[in-house]
Amino acid sequence: MRVIVNQVTYDLPNQSVVSDALAIINAKPPYAVAVNLNFVPKSKHANFALNENDQIEVIAPVTGG
Amino acid sequence: MNAPLPTNLNKADTLVLYGESFASRLLLGTSRYPSPQVLENAVQASNPGMITVSLRRQGTSTTEAHSGFWDLLKKMAVPVLPNTAGCHSPQEAITTAQMAREVFETDWLKLELIGDDYTLQPDVLRLVQTAETLIKDGFKVLPYCTEDLILCQRLVDVGCQAVMPWAAPIGTGQGPLNPYAMKLLRDRLKVPLLVDAGLGLPSHACTVMEWGFDGVLLNTAVALADDPIVMAKAFAMAVDAGRAAYLSGAMKPQESAQASTPLVGTPFWHQS
Repeated sequence: MRVIVNQVTYDLPNQSVVSDALAIINAKPPYAVAVNLNFVPKSKHANFALNENDQIEVIAPVTGG
Repeated sequence: MNAPLPTNLNKADTLVLYGESFASRLLLGTSRYPSPQVLENAVQASNPGMITVSLRRQGTSTTEAHSGFWDLLKKMAVPVLPNTAGCHSPQEAITTAQMAREVFETDWLKLELIGDDYTLQPDVLRLVQTAETLIKDGFKVLPYCTEDLILCQRLVDVGCQAVMPWAAPIGTGQGPLNPYAMKLLRDRLKVPLLVDAGLGLPSHACTVMEWGFDGVLLNTAVALADDPIVMAKAFAMAVDAGRAAYLSGAMKPQESAQASTPLVGTPFWHQS
């Protein structure tokens, strides 16, 4: 199954979940996740099923104005 | 020993937003400083009520460069105000807000919805509805907006308990470009008003505080100064000075000269 994480394409096994995508990019806390522009709370990372061509954003804190 | 003079400044005069009090009327951005150490020292020098923060994709050069920022935030222990900088649609802003709430563990939000990349002018036509959605979702929304009276009124109508009109486009440092509209806004709206963006000098901050604005939010004017630490302190002092002047009640300008020194008893003076 092809998914896009932070604009990079990855192949994941079918029936992968958000936690699998986080593992493949070695995400380091703190972070937050959105799939196809919808927020996925931390409590759902282990169960939120991914689909072919899902766009996953993993974001981290930075400075801001 | 004489008793302290009675003055408006003796009263508790803290900035209150959504029922919460803040230590200072200066809100400070955390971007574009020469180094994290300079940022930390600037924050210490100015003691801001809140500092603004943001979110970017993990694993990019931006987040790699900010790998120590999270620890610095915890060390500085100043309330944080996440922004939605760079969002161009209501959905982007709403999702970014929800992600920020989880990462920073706060309901506070500086809502930025950009309508034009060249001027960074907010998308005023979609800002109100976006603010309303976020307020219904429990956010304490501080919307970055223009100085348009009706826009700001509509933001208040949907539940914004404070609004943040710009003085000039973000990062320009030009100071208030439309004093008439800003003073009118202050006169017409009773909610806290914080000037966000476009201030370049402490005198700009002092001026808008003298007009009765409740606080200022700035970043570039401090971060790009030759000495950001001293400039941060200068802005903090200017905000306090402007607030004190506003509370003190300024004199009315006069058309003609009026001697300060008493005329009666002036030596060598002869009535003609």
